[in-house]
Amino acid sequence: MAKIVAAVFSSHVPAIGAAIDNGKTQEPYWTRVFSGFVETKRIMEEMKPDVCIVVYNDHASAFSMDVVPTFALGCAAEFPPADEGWGPRPVPVVKGHPKLAAHIAQSVILDEFDLTVVNKMEVDHGLTVPLNLMFGSPKEWPCPVIPLAVNVVLFPPPTGKRCFNLGQAIRRAVESYPEDLKVAIFGTGGMSHQISGPRAGLINSTFDKAFLDGLAGDPSKIIAMPHVEYMREAGAEGIEMVMWLVARGAMDAKVDEKYRFYTVPASNTAVGHLILENAAR
Amino acid sequence: MTDAKKEYDDIPGTFVFDQERSRQGYGVNAFCMTLMKDENRKAFRANESAYLDQFGLTPEQKESILKRQWNRMLELGGNIYFTAKLAATDGLSFQQVAAIMTGATQQEYADMMLAGGRNPNGNRSKAEWSKK
Repeated sequence: MAKIVAAVFSSHVPAIGAAIDNGKTQEPYWTRVFSGFVETKRIMEEMKPDVCIVVYNDHASAFSMDVVPTFALGCAAEFPPADEGWGPRPVPVVKGHPKLAAHIAQSVILDEFDLTVVNKMEVDHGLTVPLNLMFGSPKEWPCPVIPLAVNVVLFPPPTGKRCFNLGQAIRRAVESYPEDLKVAIFGTGGMSHQISGPRAGLINSTFDKAFLDGLAGDPSKIIAMPHVEYMREAGAEGIEMVMWLVARGAMDAKVDEKYRFYTVPASNTAVGHLILENAAR
Repeated sequence: MTDAKKEYDDIPGTFVFDQERSRQGYGVNAFCMTLMKDENRKAFRANESAYLDQFGLTPEQKESILKRQWNRMLELGGNIYFTAKLAATDGLSFQQVAAIMTGATQQEYADMMLAGGRNPNGNRSKAEWSKK
């Protein structure tokens, strides 16, 4: 039986990818950010997941306004890095796990979550930056990845509750997959940031830290948080954090906090990072 | 019929890209999407006004693009991830555009971010902004 072994949360700031791609990781501004992901790489090396499900959002790369799926599950064998205007990031092609992805689609749709199945998709920084943060810059990514793209660009995104419930359904799907696989689920995006309009630059560390506490402890309050509160308190684009609740939903009610890191800023954004494991029983 | 009042309309300095804005701004965002291709960027630069005529824009939308009114584009239904492609076409960094939208110089904006960003206090409601 496959099982979810950990939830891994992190921001996916494009400038982090640019710093990696342009060899700037040793500059003082960036060492502050990357220092928070050194221990992470050791933890991931020890965890050795067989598959990662990465919950992220596309930023007008794969999806224009022509088609806007709320939840899109990547079922392809591979996902090339998207050209976001400066050429594709020089990172490995992301290999999928079509068999597990197909099983998840079959299971969660019958579980009443009407996913969009995507068999051809390029992936942008939203997915590849977290892979760099967890695994560094290897020649090939260490394991297959199943992308789950969530619409958080066109308002309204799915509610936090819907995201959490989908995470629970994904867990049921994974646990009904016959092969023994260790699966890690990533929640990405955020934390507080606003990159649009006259209020751009908003950062709310108090909100972010409370959100991390909620994920690590009792998430019921953040599950119920309305969209307007994310936008008012954590910036218009801070609403990306609803995606973290998909990953939290795939875990036990009680979890152990394995690792946490928080710093401000990376470019326009607060960087948060958390690794949760199910509590020992 | 008047539009229903939305709670998030009270967030100051913010244009929430909702269904209504998206409906109005489809052409703006469709235009920006074409800038992913170099041949289109060249055609746009060669004759901006003629290039824009392909997208069924309102006169206000077209003017906002020609004049690079970044906030106005958002107000008229553009979305930041799309208008960022126009900024990139112009050779502007994201932080430069952010600074323009906030009315700060790039240095002032960068300094604000390094100092921890814009504090939410005083920035939660339009009433708070009107006192400034």
